[in-house]
Amino acid sequence: MSGLYRDSGVVLRTIKLGEADRIITVFTQGNGKVRAVAKGVRKTTSKFGARLEPTTHVALQCYRGRELDVVTQAETIEANRALREGYGLLTHAIPMLEAVDQVAQEREPNPALYRMLTGALRTLATTRSPVVTPAFFWKLLSLEGFHPLLDACARCSENDAPLVAFDADDGGMLCAPCARGGGRPVSPAAFDVLQRMLGGGLNSVLADPAGPAVGEVERLAVTVLEHHIERRLRSATLL
Amino acid sequence: MALYEGPVQNLIDELGRLPGVGPKSAQRIAFYLLKAAPEDAKRLAQSIVDAKDRVSWCRRCFNIAEGELCAFCKDERRDATLLCIVEEPRDIVAIERTAEFRGRYHVLQGAISPIEGVGPDQLRVKELLHRISGEGVEEIILATNPNIEGEATAMYLARLLKPAGIRVTRIASGLPVGGDLEYADEVTLGRAFEGRREVDA
Ligand SMILES: [Zn+2]
Repeated sequence: MSGLYRDSGVVLRTIKLGEADRIITVFTQGNGKVRAVAKGVRKTTSKFGARLEPTTHVALQCYRGRELDVVTQAETIEANRALREGYGLLTHAIPMLEAVDQVAQEREPNPALYRMLTGALRTLATTRSPVVTPAFFWKLLSLEGFHPLLDACARCSENDAPLVAFDADDGGMLCAPCARGGGRPVSPAAFDVLQRMLGGGLNSVLADPAGPAVGEVERLAVTVLEHHIERRLRSATLL
Repeated sequence: MALYEGPVQNLIDELGRLPGVGPKSAQRIAFYLLKAAPEDAKRLAQSIVDAKDRVSWCRRCFNIAEGELCAFCKDERRDATLLCIVEEPRDIVAIERTAEFRGRYHVLQGAISPIEGVGPDQLRVKELLHRISGEGVEEIILATNPNIEGEATAMYLARLLKPAGIRVTRIASGLPVGGDLEYADEVTLGRAFEGRREVDA
């Protein structure tokens, strides 16, 4: 298949090419993950300007190539400008882009993932909540078929004892006796956040005041996601 | 896959390791050099050796330097209270061409790149903090690139330096002179509006 096509997508990452070009990786609505050359984009007079920078949601016109497409036009749908003007927001946005880059397949549309990503970036830009990124990771895991067990011990099925740790291999929370054989400790406050986040109470978590429990849920989400994709999320080191 | 005899293939391999040089270009440059006059090829080889021998990093600002300090750090007429932070030595060249800046520089030798896992520890940030306490710096001008990595770096440094009570500024973003406004992207045009200033006519 060759020729021009139009699509909208989120720019996931860019790498420099030659003197003034970049290869951009875009997660598009209709074509899945696409890699395309943006010619001259590093020049200050480029017609693309900031439109092809990571986190931007753009409408593209591209020319289909054998390995790499070529961007011929770009218009902003959502600039998500807040994300690039706050250090904490950017360091929370980039890991979501990296995770999508790892999970999405080239030229394979994934409409659910597309809606999740555009929604999560918009929510992060407007609410500035640290909850958005871990919630996105857990939703991504569930989209990938991983649904953590939270209402009974994932190893012994005990459902009366308090659950105190998480184990990715067992697929969920563990009771205290089982946790002695491995698993990552989870504080009661973090467990509460996790339960509400995954149990349809995301809005209640978004309204929570910032606290250490959200950070704990975030680190746990990163660990489980890395376990699932069998790779490190490099950008998560700056979270 | 080695297609050529020893020294030719070595040359192609070495050229191919240079930034922006693919296998085809490496081959083209190699054959250009093989056809060139021997003194031309020797001059190129010698200039690489000389540059590597004589040029290193300025121990104060990490610009390129012949000797301990670079030309800007040695120049007593430069204003030591103004410190301009750039990513690479070539950014200094671009700023010097404007003839607008009379202060000194600090080269980070890179930018924070979350996606590449490059954090502040891999940049010359520690050295920057040392300079600020010791050199009477009054204003820091953040002149990193206006792309995601450069902006992440500028925001990080602003957060780090503001509590020290130093004036921290960021070079302005706006419309490129000589272009048409209708082609400007929303982020650039938005910033151009925020950064507008009174017209003295
Ligand atoms: Zn110097």
